[in-house]
Amino acid sequence: MSRLSVPCHVKGAVALQVGDMRTFQGRPGVVVIDVTFPSIEPFELQEITFKNYYTAFLTIRVRQHTSAHTPAKWMTCLRDCCLMPDPHSEDGAQEYVSLFKHQSPSVTFPKWLSHPMPCEQSALLLEGLPDPSRVSSEVQQMWALTEMIRASHTSTRIGRFDVSYLFPLLGLHCPEQVRPHSPLCYRWMAVMT
Amino acid sequence: MKCHRPRVGPGRPFSSCWRPVPAAWRARAGEMLQEESDLSLLIAQIVQKLKGSNLYAQLERQAWASLQRPEIRLESLKEDIKEFFKISGWEKKLQNAVYSELNVYPLPSHPAAPPEHLKEPLVYMRKAQGSWEKRILKSLNSMCTELSIPLARKRPVGQQKELLNKWNEMGTDEPDLSLFRPVYAPKDFLEVLINLRNPNYENGDSLSFRTHLGLIQVPLKVKDIPELKECFVELGLNIGQLGIDDSTQVPPEFFENEHVRIGQKVLAEQDSAAAQQYIRQGSPTALRAELWALILNISSQPEDLLYYEQLKTNVIQHDLLVDSLIYKDVKLTASNDDYYFVFEDYLYQVLLCFSRDTSVLGHFAYNSASPPKSYIRGKLGLEEYAVFYPPNGVIPFHGFSMYVAPLCFLYHEPYKLYQTFREMYVRFFFRLHSISSHPSGIVSLCLLFETLLQTYLPQLFYHLREIGAQPLRISFKWMVRAFSGYLATDQLLLLWDRILGYNSLEVLAVLAAAVFAFRAVNLMEVTSLAAAEAVLADLSTLKVMPLLQIFLFATVT
Repeated sequence: MSRLSVPCHVKGAVALQVGDMRTFQGRPGVVVIDVTFPSIEPFELQEITFKNYYTAFLTIRVRQHTSAHTPAKWMTCLRDCCLMPDPHSEDGAQEYVSLFKHQSPSVTFPKWLSHPMPCEQSALLLEGLPDPSRVSSEVQQMWALTEMIRASHTSTRIGRFDVSYLFPLLGLHCPEQVRPHSPLCYRWMAVMT
Repeated sequence: MKCHRPRVGPGRPFSSCWRPVPAAWRARAGEMLQEESDLSLLIAQIVQKLKGSNLYAQLERQAWASLQRPEIRLESLKEDIKEFFKISGWEKKLQNAVYSELNVYPLPSHPAAPPEHLKEPLVYMRKAQGSWEKRILKSLNSMCTELSIPLARKRPVGQQKELLNKWNEMGTDEPDLSLFRPVYAPKDFLEVLINLRNPNYENGDSLSFRTHLGLIQVPLKVKDIPELKECFVELGLNIGQLGIDDSTQVPPEFFENEHVRIGQKVLAEQDSAAAQQYIRQGSPTALRAELWALILNISSQPEDLLYYEQLKTNVIQHDLLVDSLIYKDVKLTASNDDYYFVFEDYLYQVLLCFSRDTSVLGHFAYNSASPPKSYIRGKLGLEEYAVFYPPNGVIPFHGFSMYVAPLCFLYHEPYKLYQTFREMYVRFFFRLHSISSHPSGIVSLCLLFETLLQTYLPQLFYHLREIGAQPLRISFKWMVRAFSGYLATDQLLLLWDRILGYNSLEVLAVLAAAVFAFRAVNLMEVTSLAAAEAVLADLSTLKVMPLLQIFLFATVT
């Protein structure tokens, strides 16, 4: 069976920001790239190939039009696929990557598209810890604030941010060294890189 | 392939293939399917490589010859020949050749990856290497024009005869080399490494947690002591080592006798993989030459002697500018060394031939460096008139001859010495003077050294920084030369045993850190770079294996 490349249009990367923060200094760690397929005929996507450039984790979501009557649904086919085992180092940073689907002859649609990934409940890790999304948005806001202040060269003294309950031993600059396994830190690490 | 222990295999572990699949997926998609196709690709690559080799021709000849034998029957031809190969030892030779390929060549990369990606995946490192090469070439060309000496010329017949006559005593020659200077020295190369920056990695102007406190500022992944302990498990405290357990106080029945016996068995079996595993605990002096040859898969065939003689003829017939650089280097370094000055003549015989050996060009497929290209006069830019200069593509730098010198203790026939050096160079030494992100590359070694020192001896590191004696400035020259010329020869050979055993140069960085740890008390008292260098000037009394063992396994982490 011969393989052909499917023409696709890759839109420019759009950065996602948390909350309402409208700041240009804050460097968000999540970027979205839209890929559209102009061809109208249906096709079976076998492989996605790209060259990485310092992306640590990749999520792929697909919007599929099944029929004229049902609205198009978004499905997650790949969540947080790790491209860089250590986002702070160069491993995997500029590697060529291929993502495959598994051939499943009994199913009309490729299996990976028809079964969205269930939301992972990492409940065990999060017992007794503050809500990650709240912490994430707070820390990201503070980071953006730091960047703004650094850029505006103000001479007024800034009091210490009260983050002591989050990072008891380290200063604001080293959040990722705490609890390296939590989802918060993964996203944070993507910010840092 | 999955069961292959990663540390014995090639530099990049098998699992870092170009196809990442999340865990949940793998179970459904069938890991075996993808692994099988990766394996087929690897097998195809190795078969392709071996097809052009001498071994292939020999196996073919043997297969044809075996048809005469009574036990080979037509109806089961394939199996019978395979059986014959197994019994006669040819299968073992093939296994050794395959093992050698796995050790030396990187895994097949992604089909979309260009050849440069295999040399070096990071674009900014490739660029840095390219600029460095341009500088070296410029330096060489300017020396050429200043001295009005051609890069290469044919020797007049009289000179050829003269050189042939004194081939075995080229050291007695005293040519005027005062105008020649080495193209670069290790400290020049260090400056280039210090200035390496990843354009995607923003440190900001001020010192932040992301700035490395040492000299190397690129964020390569290096191992910490727990990972090193796992990697170098055979150097552990409760495992016998040559270099420790063969000292005069220890009765040989405890370890040494048995170890020698096993070594002899390994040699009798002629198994490369077993030899590589064995040598991690050190090699007995009497067996070392053969063990290294086995691990490097060097078999001295008549063809190899002929090849060396051909190179010798090339040396006689043509004079290259790099020859003068080699002469100068040997005179400046090895001839002045108490251990190696006796081998001066051998060094010329090896290095002059090395410069002309075009088979070395093959290693540029996985070396981030590229051989300098030169064009025939008047034909600049035309590819048909391009030649590599020197023919082997390697421009020697100050101290290069020290890579060869220790081998002279092991091999006495020049062609064997030559083969071993060439193999050591294309496996290990080239990494010490080219800019790459490989875990055994000099950049990673420097970063590993600095990180180990900073993590486990922070007070010492900080003190040395404060007095303007960045530790890497002192240890760099040790690592670039793989400690040759700094350690006593027996200790150096024990160290190089481990380089071969683990197929990695990381042990050099660990030793450098261990040396600093050993002399930490004295170093804490110095107040200048010169004084720090004086403390670390003489390493000839050091015992390498106890230092490594204590640093890795007896330090509180």
